[in-house]
Amino acid sequence: MSTGAISGLVVPRSGQSVWLVVCSAAAMAFLAVFVLALAASSAQLARGWEAQLAETATIRISAPPEDMEMQTALVLEVLRTTPGIADSRVMDTAEQAALLEVWLGPDLPLDTLPMPRLIELRETPEGPDRQGLRLRLSAEAPGAVYDDHTRWRRPLVQAAARLQGVALVALLLIGGVTCAIIALAASASLASNGQVIKVLRLVGARDRFIAAAFVKRISQLAVLGAGGGTALAMAVLWALPELGGAAAHMAGIGFDGAEWLWPLLVPPVAMGLAFLSSLATAFHVLRGVT
Amino acid sequence: MIVFDGVSHDYGGGALFRDASLRLEGGSFHFLTGPSGAGKSTLLKLCYGELLPSSGKITLMGQDRSTMTRDQLAEARQRIGVVHQDCQFLDHLSVAQNVGLPMTATGRRLLDTDLHDLLGWVGLADRAEALPPTLSGGERQRAALARAVIAAPSLLLADEPTGNLDWEMSQRLLLLMLELNRMGTAVLIATHDLNLIRFAKAHANARVLRISGRKLTLAGAEL
Ligand SMILES: Nc1ncnc2c1ncn2[C@@H]1O[C@H](COP(=O)(O)OP(=O)(O)OP(=O)(O)O)[C@@H](O)[C@H]1O
Ligand SMILES: [Mg+2]
Repeated sequence: MSTGAISGLVVPRSGQSVWLVVCSAAAMAFLAVFVLALAASSAQLARGWEAQLAETATIRISAPPEDMEMQTALVLEVLRTTPGIADSRVMDTAEQAALLEVWLGPDLPLDTLPMPRLIELRETPEGPDRQGLRLRLSAEAPGAVYDDHTRWRRPLVQAAARLQGVALVALLLIGGVTCAIIALAASASLASNGQVIKVLRLVGARDRFIAAAFVKRISQLAVLGAGGGTALAMAVLWALPELGGAAAHMAGIGFDGAEWLWPLLVPPVAMGLAFLSSLATAFHVLRGVT
Repeated sequence: MIVFDGVSHDYGGGALFRDASLRLEGGSFHFLTGPSGAGKSTLLKLCYGELLPSSGKITLMGQDRSTMTRDQLAEARQRIGVVHQDCQFLDHLSVAQNVGLPMTATGRRLLDTDLHDLLGWVGLADRAEALPPTLSGGERQRAALARAVIAAPSLLLADEPTGNLDWEMSQRLLLLMLELNRMGTAVLIATHDLNLIRFAKAHANARVLRISGRKLTLAGAEL
């Protein structure tokens, strides 16, 4: 029997703090995985919105019918000579009708309405100098308004970033609560194993050995609980689309591809927190017991 | 090894003994006697540093007890074997694991052969895998003595180590302690058993300390 082996045995396996540690570590790990999934999903959403909106823009020309053709030609000319514009195209009436149909119904007499003309443009990844483009357009074709969707994009991306910030705060809270519960369980375990400490002291064991024995036991239990909680949360996330049908797809909470590796960090982090907080508690308690 | 210099101890209800002075040298053999409640167990606890004296100075293994850190105390205890009057064990570990604890819990190597020889000597070979709560009072005392001596300590402190044993087993354990003493271990045994003291005197240069009337004295050669 070696020192390492005995140090895993001297603290009894029974006791209330065993269940306290296992169950709370499981619950906290379950929550942590869901918060991670939330962060992953909001990052996915932000990326999606950005990709859809980033490289397209529209120019809307509102002009009296007699000026329309001329201003359209001027705008197209400006766009051709602006660096950062990959392609531009005037939407035809049918396309515009299709866009409006969603809002106004199919029987729209478009010809009789003073419709603005829409030019759709694709930007290169670097994009144009937007301020310069606006100035040139207002000089050449006063009826043209450049819309690069940033108005729409910014709040969406900001919302996603804020969601990730909230997720981070939630993770910190979960970590803090875990530490507090582990510290509580460690001091309960030390208090209820007074005889163990007494006997170990009698045979000349140092605080380091005694603390390590308790820390080992509590960290093992924390990993056990956190592993269970993580596995359960991953299973639920995996099954969520099937369970919740279309609604779950729309809520879109879950991991994507390599993101499924993130939750695997939860048990080792739980073990690290359990280790640190039970170690600090054990030394603190042992200092008081002579 | 252990030096008491003008030591008094008081649990709060008056001093048990006053101004006690004592020198336990390496290789010495002492008995400690006195009426029940006189403070024999208390004096042993002072010797292994579980209690601090109310006044006076105690030197353990060359260090002033009052300034020792917990690690220094642990190191001193690695060289002191203790048999408590109420032998305490880790109740969820086997007798063999408990007896080996002074080695395994302090990073020292425990040889299985040493462990089994020792368990055989104290008559517990067939109880090695038993749990302490299933032992009889005498078996507990024998296990406690085995645990106290497994690390070949420089000092052995035993509080009524033969209280629950028949005379034959008492002699056997005393012989074990005498053998250790011959190899250099200082021994201090608190006991009421005059036969035990006589037996030891016949085999070694044993001296008798006595607590009575709140004084610690070295008894004369009347035994
Ligand atoms: N922790 C304690 N708190 C208060 N009083 C104590 C404590 N331990 C012992 N005493 C008291 O101190 C006195 C001496 O106790 P001690 O155990 O040293 O006696 P003893 O000589 O070993 O007796 P015995 O022969 O019965 O074992 C007793 O009156 C006891 O009640
Ligand atoms: Mg006593």
